[in-house]
Amino acid sequence: MASNSSASDSPDRIKTLRAKIASELPNVDFVLGYGRGFDPLHATPVTVRTEKDLDRLIFDPTCVQNLATSLYGLRGKRLGVVVKGCDSRSIVQLLQERLWERENLVVFGLPCEGVIDLAKLRVTMDIASVKAVRFEGSVRDGKVVLTLPEGERELPSAGLLADKCLRCQHPNPLVSDHLIGPEIEPQGAQDTYADLAALEKLSTQERFDFWKRQMGRCIRCYACRNACPLCVCKHVCLADSREPHWLSAEATLQEKWLFQVMHALHLAGRCTECGECQRSCPMGIPILLLKRMMNRELKELFNYQAGVSLEAVPPLHTFLMEEDRIKDRGLLW
Amino acid sequence: MPDLGRDYRIIGFLCNWCSYGGADAAGVARFNQPTDLRIIRVPCSGRVDPMFVAKALLSGADGVLVSGCHPRDCHYTEGNLYARRRLELLRRFLPIIGIDEGRFEYVWVSASEGSRWRDMVTKFTDKIHSLGHIPRMAETARTLCALEGMLGASSAQPDMWHADASGRQPRHDALLHMDDYKEVMDGE
Repeated sequence: MASNSSASDSPDRIKTLRAKIASELPNVDFVLGYGRGFDPLHATPVTVRTEKDLDRLIFDPTCVQNLATSLYGLRGKRLGVVVKGCDSRSIVQLLQERLWERENLVVFGLPCEGVIDLAKLRVTMDIASVKAVRFEGSVRDGKVVLTLPEGERELPSAGLLADKCLRCQHPNPLVSDHLIGPEIEPQGAQDTYADLAALEKLSTQERFDFWKRQMGRCIRCYACRNACPLCVCKHVCLADSREPHWLSAEATLQEKWLFQVMHALHLAGRCTECGECQRSCPMGIPILLLKRMMNRELKELFNYQAGVSLEAVPPLHTFLMEEDRIKDRGLLW
Repeated sequence: MPDLGRDYRIIGFLCNWCSYGGADAAGVARFNQPTDLRIIRVPCSGRVDPMFVAKALLSGADGVLVSGCHPRDCHYTEGNLYARRRLELLRRFLPIIGIDEGRFEYVWVSASEGSRWRDMVTKFTDKIHSLGHIPRMAETARTLCALEGMLGASSAQPDMWHADASGRQPRHDALLHMDDYKEVMDGE
């Protein structure tokens, strides 16, 4: 079983979390939190309905899921949800779009130093053979001790941090009813969009071929859509609709690619870069790049970041008579 | 006028109130215009979902032109102002997916600006011609056959597999599914 000894994941904090959830249990239908998954490296969402379930709750750097994803499907209930800083941005976005009512939501916010990206661990070892995990020190500069069949192995945990954590500016939940644990200073570097710059160095044709290779792996499972906290029209998704018939059932690259472009376009001004689409992709396609491109341009054009403020007006829901950053296309020629 | 009007597919989304009228005025004035543009009339440039453009470009259109009323002149007061934000974002997004941003343009043309419309269309068409055909996610059957040497020169239907004089690349849809297998092999 995994155990944690870093400051932010002290046993006190999980005790406080359990106590706070216990105090709210009479007011909610259930609370969504993290539990241990099928192995020590995986966490899984758990529902806490009674005090008996409280023991199942955990919180450590393996708690990668964005639990806000489950919210929209549970509308009409009164729920509690455990969120990290990044997940809270999804909540802000859901509230801003009035996809959930604030009074029916109890948010348990956990300031978070970072979570690990199993994809980064997978390249160094067979993660199925890991028997136990221990985090020592902070996730930022401590180490991960993995118990393998051949013995213990130590790795610096910084190298395993998810990319989004490396540029995290919001480690503390932006919306919460119960803040559990002390707030922490943002430790993420300023986002320079270096990943996009690398892609932009290529020629247009090379970029096109890059995506052709990447999308060749797509199996059209729609895990990216289902893991997205803001893909809320799953039951009437244009990918499935026959009328209008945007996408056919043909397994061609073109259909797969159009779906990804559609996902990015439908998340323009909404995506909080929680990274769930890319994390959930079983084929390892870097689809977050598309959303980051959109977000970078939104920031440049409208100085806007999604899921940061409840009061902000989404840039595509409004306009200025004279746009500061948009050159008048009609006058270019 | 150079070799315009052959083989290129340019889709134009024109607002009913200004640009469609402008294109009509250009026609009535008998301006000489390239013929590559296929016009789709929409109620307002605000009706143009960026997905229209994405779908057109990904389905093989070589260029897409969206045209609406000048800002402040919208028949519905503000449709083109919303459109401007959306289309600008789309224009900046296209390079990341490997589509030259020059293949998509949005312009403002009023109903009386027939000559302006002619200029816009001519310049845009010239630009698309200089960019060449859009790359396809799925290779055309002709390319596939040339690579695989599968069917070779079919004397029965020579123009089915070979470029004709204009360089047009014919497609055979029944063979398109094979592109995927080729992609997978290429990717490995």
